[in-house]
Order: sequence, then C-alpha cells, then structure tokens
Amino acid sequence: MRLFARVPPRGQQSPALILLESLPITLARMQTRGSENRTLTLRPTPETHPFWEAAKRRELQIQQCHDCGAHYFYPRPMCPYCLSRNVAWVTCSGRGRLHTFVINHRPPRHFPSDTPYIIGIVELEEGPRLMTNIVGVEPDPKALRCDMPVEVVFEDIDENFALPKFRPVP
Amino acid sequence: MRDGRTRLRGSVAIVGAGESDWVGRLPNKSALALHMEAAHNALADAGLRKEDVDAVFTAGRNMANEVPEYLGIRPRYVDSTQMGGCSFMAHVEHAMAGIVAGLFEVALITHGESGYSRVGMPATRWGDDSNNAQFELIYGHAGPTTGYGLVATRHMHVYGTTKEQMAEVAVATRKWAALNPRAFLRDPITIDDVLSSRLISWPFNLLDCCLVTDGGGAIVVTSAERAKDLPKKPVYVLGTGEAVSHQMVSQMPNFDRWDAAIVSGARAFSMAGIKHEDIDVCELYDAFTIVPILALEALGFCKPGEGGPFVSGQRTAPGGDFPMNTNGGGLSYTHTGMYGMFAIVEAVRQLRGECGPRQVPDAKVALCHGTGGTWSSAATLILSTEIP
Repeated sequence: MRLFARVPPRGQQSPALILLESLPITLARMQTRGSENRTLTLRPTPETHPFWEAAKRRELQIQQCHDCGAHYFYPRPMCPYCLSRNVAWVTCSGRGRLHTFVINHRPPRHFPSDTPYIIGIVELEEGPRLMTNIVGVEPDPKALRCDMPVEVVFEDIDENFALPKFRPVP
Repeated sequence: MRDGRTRLRGSVAIVGAGESDWVGRLPNKSALALHMEAAHNALADAGLRKEDVDAVFTAGRNMANEVPEYLGIRPRYVDSTQMGGCSFMAHVEHAMAGIVAGLFEVALITHGESGYSRVGMPATRWGDDSNNAQFELIYGHAGPTTGYGLVATRHMHVYGTTKEQMAEVAVATRKWAALNPRAFLRDPITIDDVLSSRLISWPFNLLDCCLVTDGGGAIVVTSAERAKDLPKKPVYVLGTGEAVSHQMVSQMPNFDRWDAAIVSGARAFSMAGIKHEDIDVCELYDAFTIVPILALEALGFCKPGEGGPFVSGQRTAPGGDFPMNTNGGGLSYTHTGMYGMFAIVEAVRQLRGECGPRQVPDAKVALCHGTGGTWSSAATLILSTEIP
C-alpha cells in the first residue's frame, strides 16, 4: 500500500500539508518479550519522514547544507552549523567507522532483542555520527574495536520500516 | 584573566541545607512529600519560615507551579530549569543572578524524587515521535547505562583507561559511605568485587553504576548581607558555571572528553579566582565510575587522559590526599535520579564541619560538580565559608 502522496518540490509544501501527509503513516510495532504487553511505536515527524522513506528503499540518507557544505544528521529543516535553509537530502556511501560502543545486557522493557547486543556510534564517511546496532559480529569486547570499518545493512521491522544497522567490513 | 562575573563572587550564600528525613527506599512517600520534607528541613536549618521565601527553584516540567502549591508558598519568582541531575547547581547560579539583580531575596531550591518506589512520579517516557525514540531508543539504548558507557569505551580506547581504574572510584566511594550512617550501601568492596559484579552494559558492571533510591534535598540561598543575620555559618558561593552541549548522546561533540564540564568548570574557577590546590573537598556527581574520572580531567585537576591514573591507589578515599564524594556519592549513599542536590548539601555540611566521622579536616573550600542528561550538561559550584 502506498503510504505517501508524491511529495511536491522543496519549498512548495505548506507545513500543514506535510503534517497531514505524515500523520497517518506510520506505526511500527515491535513485539515485546515475554508476557509484557508493551510496544515501541515509531512515528516520524514531517522532518524525519524522508529518512525513513529512504531507509525503506535501502538507502541511508542524511542532509547536506549547500551553503556551508556540512553534512548533518539527525534530520532538521535547517543546517545546525550555519542555520541555512538551503539544505538537501543526499544518499550516503553506507560506509563508516565504529567510533565507540557498549554491549548491553539489560535491555529496556520495550526492546525485543536477545541479550547481549551491541549499541554503537558510527561515524559515517560523510562525517556525521549516528547511533545504531552493530550486527554480524559476536557481542564480545574482544571482537570489537573503536574505529573499525563498518557498513550499513537494513533490517525490516515491519512492512513500513527498515532500520539501518551496521556490520564490520570483512 | 579578567572576568566581568568576578563581581558576583561571594555575593550570595547558602544559608540552609537539608534532606528528606531519610533517603533510600521510601515506598510510603511520594515525590512531592519528599520535596516538602527537604524544604521543611532546609528552612529550619536556615532559621527561616516559608513566608520568607520569595523565589522557588526546582527541576521539571510543571514543577514551578506544583511544588510551590504543595509547599504553600506563593513565590514571585520561579525557575524550573530541568537540565538533568546538575539542575540544582545551575539553579544556584540563577538564584545568584536574581538576588544580585534585586528580583528576590530568599531562594528555596528543592528536589524530591521517588526514583526507586515511583510514588507520585511524573511520566517520563519519550514520545514515539521524539528524535530520541526514532534515532536512539529504537536501537535498544537503555538511557544512562548505555549512554554513559559509550564515553567510557572511547576513553579506554584513546587513553588506555582501565576498568580497574574505574573500579577504584567505586571502592573509594564505598569507604566514605561506610562512615555515613544514612548511606544505602556501607559494606566494604574490593576492585575484584566491582569487576566480578554482573554486567549491566559493558564496560559497566553493576558496581560501576549508581544506586536507584528515593529521597529529597533542599537548600536556601540569600544575599551575603542577609546571611550574616542567620544562625548557621554562611557558605558563600564563590564561583558558578553551567553549560549544555547536546541532548541525545549520539550528538555528543566528543566521546573522549566532557565538553559541557570543560566550560562550566572554567567559568566557575574564573569567577572564584582561586586555584585548584585551594580546593579542600570535591563532590563530583558519580552516576557511573567513569563520570568523576572525566570530571577531574574537564575541571583541570589533571590533564586529558590522566583521570584514570589520578584516582588510582585509593587517592580519593578517606585518608587519601584528594577527598571526593565524602557522603558516599551516588554510587553508595543515594541516587534518586537527580543526585546533584545531594552533592551540594554534602559540600555545605563539610564546609560547616558537620560531618562527624567523615569530616574532611579544616575544609574551607569545596567544589561541587554535576552532570545532566547523558553527558549533556554540566554545572559547577565553588563554595567556601570565607570570601578570599
């Protein structure tokens, strides 16, 4: 089912229209562990929905400022470095380095993963950092090293959402 | 270095400090009742009545209305700045500004939190459409236990900081708690105990992590002039600083240093016009063992990367040459969720010489420093019974 109408070119959308388009979309419910009846619901805002739409297409998109040149993440309508409105979405290479990480043994109640699992901060080739899970490697401090090269993989949460995660580059 | 803020040095004093009647596990008391007990005890300590209070400071959404109503105070100045556990240290700076500007004369700063029992606590869950939910919580980020650890891992990588050095903080802090009858955990522990306690979020084991308790604290701040007429020895505010660098930990500018603390510490020292060697006792918010290590570096007690060696050999324990977290800290005394208030109360008591077996001899100058959020904010206070 197509969830979005075709988005008009940047600058022609009224904020109200963006809101209307983004509201009905998006419920990614994650099954809870055990008998707990809690869910984590992902609900994009008008500013973040292009990121999630791209992820669904298996593209990691961030924004770039056309005035100061900086790439930035997470999504915002203006450049956080120079407050320019002259910003655009760009597709990342998907490569980066594991800046730092923890191996979590105590997940929050909503989180369905088996423990332990790796939470990493990845520094993208384009510069910005983001939080992610590191997959495809043992959750063991001996198997991980800060600054090791990683690449993006997408994991489907449900029919509407794919989540960018990263794995070590062989 | 000239700093226009130096005229504020010693302009106000903490004249009352108190806590809830007990701290720890208090399932029969709501968060607001803990505010009330702490405020009651702090006002009694100050020799003031609630009618003397014309400004109320507390941390949290709606609290600027809720706390005064509960206490039966009708303030003409309120501030509910919520920047995490160091909020109350920032409130002291804000109170100083307001008192010096003549907006009010007596500020009551209160904290109450049912952090363990969760009685009468406001909902704290991030909205499903928050950036936190979309870009952090979706990955199983558990909050402080995982967020603070990201910095520990990077610091270990860049500087060679070890888990043993982190454990030194937990062991030394427990020794202080053993001297404090109100402390939640008082049995001695060893470095091996810390390293063999169960893993919470590597690199943190259980004993690297602060407690989760119930309790409240409050202080009363007024002008240095008014303080002279009050019963307790005034604790003058010599220096203050506060800073915010990010909210989500993934947006932290640098993972091997604490940028907000570098700013807040430098501002506090420049206002106070004193040197590091003048500090007799430090109360550094210890949400996790790594936090005081980075604080020591950020505040300039040692160079970047030297925080681990600095705390080694039980230097910060009773009898060591760097008394730190003398009430037993968030690791062993109490940690309601926003520990910063307890650090201030302990500093006041140390400077007044009220600490009994854990008293640091001849403590004249104390430094309090706190974190908020996930290394997001910082605030620093330099306090003394004398104005140099």
